[in-house]
Amino acid sequence: MSNQIAVEKKVLNENQRIAAELREKFRDNKILVLNVISSPGSGKTTLLEKTLQSFGKDKRVVVLTGDIQTENDAKRLARWGYPVKQIVTGGTCHLDAKMIEKHLADWPLDGFDILLIENVGNLVCPSSYDLGEHAKVVILSVTEGEDKPLKYPSIFFKSELMVLSKIDLLPYVPFDAELAKANARSVHPGIEIVDVSSSTGSGMSEWMNWIEKKLQEVKAKAMVTIQ
Amino acid sequence: MVEKVSRGDSVHELSIASALLDQLEDELAKRPGARFTKVGLKIGDLAGVDTDSLSFGFGALVKDSHWEPLDLEIETIKRRQRCPACLQEFEAEHWSTECKICGNPATVTIAGEELQIAYIEVNE
Repeated sequence: MSNQIAVEKKVLNENQRIAAELREKFRDNKILVLNVISSPGSGKTTLLEKTLQSFGKDKRVVVLTGDIQTENDAKRLARWGYPVKQIVTGGTCHLDAKMIEKHLADWPLDGFDILLIENVGNLVCPSSYDLGEHAKVVILSVTEGEDKPLKYPSIFFKSELMVLSKIDLLPYVPFDAELAKANARSVHPGIEIVDVSSSTGSGMSEWMNWIEKKLQEVKAKAMVTIQ
Repeated sequence: MVEKVSRGDSVHELSIASALLDQLEDELAKRPGARFTKVGLKIGDLAGVDTDSLSFGFGALVKDSHWEPLDLEIETIKRRQRCPACLQEFEAEHWSTECKICGNPATVTIAGEELQIAYIEVNE
């Protein structure tokens, strides 16, 4: 006899379970975790290099960087003196919670302030996988199309912040920044936006302030939990 | 000519198909001797999942496995918004989330993020 049973379970239940464990671990360690996502070539690694360079000496930062094939990004990021680990996914187009768990297993997070996760360059796949992060950050560069938020709504919907990168190139490309922002806001009305140029340093202070604001939120939440 | 390049994307849907079969394995363990004939999914517009790629990946994994034959039915869920000001609910067309009644731009998403199993058809 054939019958239908209702299930109502998330397809990525297992990923969600691990992500929830990671979130708890991050909370216990009072560490801010950002999951940085963009297309290939939008300037993710360069922005992270500049970010590491801009942190004050008092900030203790660790970086996990995902790539399909190479360890190049970890080599670039390691120059700034913070611990960096490369996750080579071997063909998989996104990072999942299990990969993060595995790569953090022998890495004590105690005493660190911020974990930056550089996802695999892709606007589609990473959006489905919760890594236990506090916020997703999506980078859109001005050498891409203004309609990217409409073409890839999922990631713009799930990101708290959009970094509009390479803004020093605006005079040379037919990119309508206001239209791109309006598109992002139509997909995600509450999205925050900063304009950044990693080359000239323009907007870097807004981006660093945003990270600091998120870090203070994490610390404040930890205080409430302790009390 | 429009060419659909989905090499990278379909890996993602393949991972999702694989996670789905893992879940079915757990459900099957609870029902010894049962045979699953069909699984139904709900996938929202905001889930970032291409349903054609998912069906393709699912078919490839099921073929020649102990699951065969197993059908997949996908119900796609439109994005719906609720306006906190006038309490109107509406379907968001072309990613326009502004309230259609009072024009409030800050509406809240109430549906469209689904990536879940809805039902399983079982022969017992």
